[in-house]
Amino acid sequence: MSLLEVEHLRIEFPTRRGTLIAVDDISFAIEEGEVLGVVGESGAGKSLTGAAIIGLLEPPGRIAGGVIRLDGRRIDDLRYEDLRKIRGREIGAIFQDPLTSLNPLYTVGRQLVETIQTHGETSASAARTRAIELLDEVGIPAPERRIDGFPHEFSGGMRQRVVIALALAANPRLIVADEPTTALDVSIQAQIIALLKRLCRDHGTAVMLITHDMGVIAETADRVAVMYAGRIAEIGPVRDVVKHPSHPYTEGLMGSIPIIGHRLENLTQIDGAMPRLTEIPKGCAFNPRCPKAVDRCFKDRPDLHPTGPTQSACWIAGGDLLDLNLDTPRRAGEPA
Amino acid sequence: MTETNAARRDEVAVELVVADHLGKGFDISPPLLNRVIERQGRVVLKAVDGVSFSIPKGTTFSLVGESGCGKSTVARLLVGLYAPTTGRIMFDGADMAAPRTRAEDKALRARMQMIFQDPYASLNPRWRVRDIIAEPIRAFDLASGEALDERVGELLKQVGLSPIDGEKFPHEFSGGQRQRISIARALAGEPEFLVCDEPTSALDVSVQAQILNLMKDLQRRLGLTYLFISHNLAVVDHISDVIGVMYLGRLCEVASRDEIFKNPRHPYTRLLLDTIPDLDMTGKSRAPVAGEVPNPINPPSGCAFHPRCPVADERCKRERPELKPDTASGSEVACHAVEEARLPAPSAMGGDT
Repeated sequence: MSLLEVEHLRIEFPTRRGTLIAVDDISFAIEEGEVLGVVGESGAGKSLTGAAIIGLLEPPGRIAGGVIRLDGRRIDDLRYEDLRKIRGREIGAIFQDPLTSLNPLYTVGRQLVETIQTHGETSASAARTRAIELLDEVGIPAPERRIDGFPHEFSGGMRQRVVIALALAANPRLIVADEPTTALDVSIQAQIIALLKRLCRDHGTAVMLITHDMGVIAETADRVAVMYAGRIAEIGPVRDVVKHPSHPYTEGLMGSIPIIGHRLENLTQIDGAMPRLTEIPKGCAFNPRCPKAVDRCFKDRPDLHPTGPTQSACWIAGGDLLDLNLDTPRRAGEPA
Repeated sequence: MTETNAARRDEVAVELVVADHLGKGFDISPPLLNRVIERQGRVVLKAVDGVSFSIPKGTTFSLVGESGCGKSTVARLLVGLYAPTTGRIMFDGADMAAPRTRAEDKALRARMQMIFQDPYASLNPRWRVRDIIAEPIRAFDLASGEALDERVGELLKQVGLSPIDGEKFPHEFSGGQRQRISIARALAGEPEFLVCDEPTSALDVSVQAQILNLMKDLQRRLGLTYLFISHNLAVVDHISDVIGVMYLGRLCEVASRDEIFKNPRHPYTRLLLDTIPDLDMTGKSRAPVAGEVPNPINPPSGCAFHPRCPVADERCKRERPELKPDTASGSEVACHAVEEARLPAPSAMGGDT
């Protein structure tokens, strides 16, 4: 049994002009101690999926279908109070902006102590000792002095370390990290990734790492799910997805990332943009931008099916339907 | 690729933009009364300090560095949004600070334009796209009436949009399309020099690729000169001819793009290159740069990088290194260790976690 199982999850936003389906029937699992990367462009539904798992989906967004199980126990239909006991203790969360996830009016120590005491029966002094240990573990110098500092006294990288310490405070079994390094400078980003990787290995914590940065995923994740327009386009071991993507979207995504040393006159580009939720086309949502689309792609929606070492939601992935030469990148300005 | 770049640089030796010991300080002193009572002097933050570089016509010069290193300040200085406190800027042989008549000034301004990072903030939400794009044309009296409409349509086509899009408002476009509108507006004044301040940082990767391709394409067709600012080394590698690495308001290395990626010399450049996530999945473990960028109000003595530098010695703490040409590679480096040839090979370098 997997640590986290998500089955046929569907997230809807009721609006005046009808219901928008932001996440549409996605299923995946995270094993104990595994790092699952979730990658996609803005609006692909990756953060909503994360929010649904922690139970922090903001109204009017709601889970309209599907099941989320943690350790075999259903957590998507829990009452608020029951969910609070799971959130933090069993599932930790790290968000993008460390300044907004910390309370500016409380010292870092007070926030840590509060979290530790909420999730375990400890005395104030024992909690403080544990808080200092945690700060030390996430690499904050002189933790016994810094513990009485306010968030504004910390730099961006240090704040994110504090947030990681908070997430780890109750020794959760799963951490949902939503763009944990996006707001940070490149050199600090590398530090935080290294830290997250080391801590999760040491504690055996599973991580759902949500990011738009394929580089971060390639370095950190064991498996990766590529999301597009509310669905998983491809999921599989990170090495296979990065090196031999089988979904045309993943392929385009990988080609559009500039890589140092791979000099090209022009980058491969995927023309157009991801459709709005109101305008998701019939059939495969990627069909207007797909260079390989065939008739069937405009009629039926593909589901995830095995294509080599990965699973893709694509009618032509695997190459048994069509064998087109698609390596020639389209140039800017040329008609699609 | 290397040959064509070198050839291009030889034949077009004309330098369009020259920054000469450029400096910009911001006065961040407390109010006068506080200064008198607390007996404090003025406090000046040196955002840019002694930066010199030149950009030949038709090429791309990039500035990279972490937030707060002064790269955006340099961009704003070059287009005249800030006045430099020290040094000067030469544009096509003319000193930007020299007195000019209003008409001369307008003619000079028309030759340079800027593209900003956030296409959501840099377009007026209440204006139709055609008015946004027509604004520079009207301001510089380049066309009017039907010729103006035609020109706007042409510009929209040039950036991959349709002339009908001119009737819409900015909110009807996606981020990438908005950035195309920003580019069309920048091109409207028929500039020679474009300052691009993180033009793709707010965009998704697949859209970023579209914009980068468009910019390269426009450069080839219109012979534009770019100053490109980014914190993303891979993007910079893709678009630049020459790269300048900035740290705390100063340039620490200026080199051609091949040189900087194959043979980085300054320890900061090396550590910056080390932070790029490894998409090739070679499995090598990266050594993250230890420490953080220090406070620019109170920068370290000597070389500003010495607290994070693995090869710093007494001299680095004492004496500030100047940018010196390195004859072997043709690049410029500001580092005592490079000068004294006591820098280890790149593979032997690395910080601790």
